[in-house]
Amino acid sequence: MEAKKLFQSEKFPLIELREVDKTYSLGEELSVPVLKKISMTVEKGEYVALMGASGSGKSTLMNILGCLDRPTAGEYFLDGEEVGSISGDRRAQIRNKKIGFVFQSFNLLPRTSALENVIMPLYYTAGGLSNSEVIKRGKEMLEKMGLSDRMDHAPSQLSGGQQQRVAIARALVNRPPVLFADEPTGNLDSKTSVDVMNLFEELNKEGITIILVTHSTEVAACARRTIHIHDGSIVSGAFSPAGAISGCAGLDGYLRKGEQK
Amino acid sequence: MTLWKTLGVAVKALRRNPTRALLTALGIVIGIAAVIAMMEIGNGSASAIKSSIEGMGANSILVMSGAPRHPGGVRQSAGSAISLTADDCTAIMLECASAAAVAPIVRSSGSQAVAGNLNWVPNLIIGTSPSYLLIRNWKVAEGRCFTEREVDARARVCLVGQKVVQELFGGNSPVDSEIRIKNVTFRIIGTLQVKGANMMGMDEDDVIVMPWSTAQLRITGFKSGSASNTSSTPSSSPSDLYPATGVAFYPEQASNLEKDTLLTPKFERIDQIQLMAASPEKVGSLVREVTSVLRERHRLKEGQEDDFRIMNSAAFMQTLSGTSKLMTNLLLVVALISLAVGGVGIMNIMLVSVTERTREIGLRMAVGARSRDILKQFLVESILLCLVGGLFGILLGRGAAVMVNLQLGWPIEPSPGGMLTAVAVSACVGILFGFYPAWKASKLDPIEALRYE
Repeated sequence: MEAKKLFQSEKFPLIELREVDKTYSLGEELSVPVLKKISMTVEKGEYVALMGASGSGKSTLMNILGCLDRPTAGEYFLDGEEVGSISGDRRAQIRNKKIGFVFQSFNLLPRTSALENVIMPLYYTAGGLSNSEVIKRGKEMLEKMGLSDRMDHAPSQLSGGQQQRVAIARALVNRPPVLFADEPTGNLDSKTSVDVMNLFEELNKEGITIILVTHSTEVAACARRTIHIHDGSIVSGAFSPAGAISGCAGLDGYLRKGEQK
Repeated sequence: MTLWKTLGVAVKALRRNPTRALLTALGIVIGIAAVIAMMEIGNGSASAIKSSIEGMGANSILVMSGAPRHPGGVRQSAGSAISLTADDCTAIMLECASAAAVAPIVRSSGSQAVAGNLNWVPNLIIGTSPSYLLIRNWKVAEGRCFTEREVDARARVCLVGQKVVQELFGGNSPVDSEIRIKNVTFRIIGTLQVKGANMMGMDEDDVIVMPWSTAQLRITGFKSGSASNTSSTPSSSPSDLYPATGVAFYPEQASNLEKDTLLTPKFERIDQIQLMAASPEKVGSLVREVTSVLRERHRLKEGQEDDFRIMNSAAFMQTLSGTSKLMTNLLLVVALISLAVGGVGIMNIMLVSVTERTREIGLRMAVGARSRDILKQFLVESILLCLVGGLFGILLGRGAAVMVNLQLGWPIEPSPGGMLTAVAVSACVGILFGFYPAWKASKLDPIEALRYE
């Protein structure tokens, strides 16, 4: 009913969680609630940071938002579609089409060229593109990341920043509306971290919704909005304020810090 | 995800770690190579054994006259009644589809052969047709065999065994020499190759072979009763010495001339018929066909005992089929063991590979691979490994077989069926042993897999 209403209004948030619970049951009696009645929204084109201490449930929330995991209770609307209760195969398709992942440890396939790494998600796209189209898209993506001269390099031949850019190219190759980044600068030195953050900034300006999970307040400061999560509940920033898209307040400070090192 | 894409992904994944792929496939390569080499060598020796047993007469059968039963209950030895005729022989040739060659046999022993100033009593004088040598797989060493024409003409020609050559000619070539048997001169037209002792320990080279019609007329005589009359009746009259010349020394020879003609039923009688089946497998049907033809020709009523006996080389046949069966089973066991070992090797490495590539699997799932895509990818990887391993195994096996052939001189025989089976089996091994690791990979939780260190 409500989903219908959302479609009718034609102005629905890209991501909407409604009273989402996640409980891990460790045996018959013992169950550990990780997320408690989480409700939140992310509008299209937003740049959101997800912050919280270890064990606060931010990774679990990230997994649910990324369609890797299912909520125990509650509803999750992604792009107007209820995805909290659909089958694993369907979720795989959603991940393929609508979500890009960037990981802390890059997760590139070893001994595989940058181009091959970037076009890997396209193999799993239903319907499929022609081989030349796939290659074309991969090259475009790498060029956009400034890696046109590194296409045939294996991950071991690339620097950390370059590897992360390959990973971002891979995340965006299928043109998803939303990009999830889990500690994207965690394995990078501050100089390259700044590069990556600048890249995110540019992508966000192009209209890609970015949700990043981080420990670092500097990184979080780059985002327009920060969602603080503590002990399975959102403490602040759950809903987007009226004028969500504004300048990056923290970026200048972050840049200065990077230059000092 | 189409099969082609899966294949592409699998090939890329395998190429990422060529050493591991090579080592994984090595088990299958060696297994299939062993199977192919064994098959080729086994087939080669099986057919070598088969042909040598056939040479000993595995697909030949012998029809003998049966033992006559007298009303008084006296029973005589087999062959003592003569029931077979040359016409039986012709009828068998015409009517039995399984017969490849038929030869009538007239046997005689104890006759003395004289050449120059030497004499010798050969073990056996065999009267037969040219197909006899074919059936016995006996080659002419020198000279030629007699022809059907010479059989018809009752020509006084003969072939001699090596023992006779030794005894009468001291090893010199006897071709075109003459020998006398029972005072009849025969021209030697050829010598037979060394055959050695037969199963009963009799020297097979101690023979003289001649047209059966000649043997009947000149050697065994044409007395009624037994064709294999071994007693040499002293011949005194010229007409007895030269009955075929047709020269009438005296007007009274008319009765002898009458005996000369082959129309005389007694003349038609032969001791044995040697037959060759078209193949060793057809021996059984040949025996049935010959039995029915002979029963009909001999006008035997239903329930009446056969007046002939058929002997086949059952022992040879048993040896032949036993040997090849044993060999086939042995090969099968070796094949199964080596393939099982190869398959377990594949499963091992694939399991290790799944663990090692946990993060890759998690990543693939995170970017949209369904569990069946992962299952397919790993299954295709292992099938690919097995197939490529199988193909290399075939090449290696062929190479090994050819090497064995060249170096050791063992007979080999390529088996296309074996190669096809090897490919099919290696694909099956790939599926069978690749399934569990692939299934395990597909059941990974993407969150756990991504976090795996």
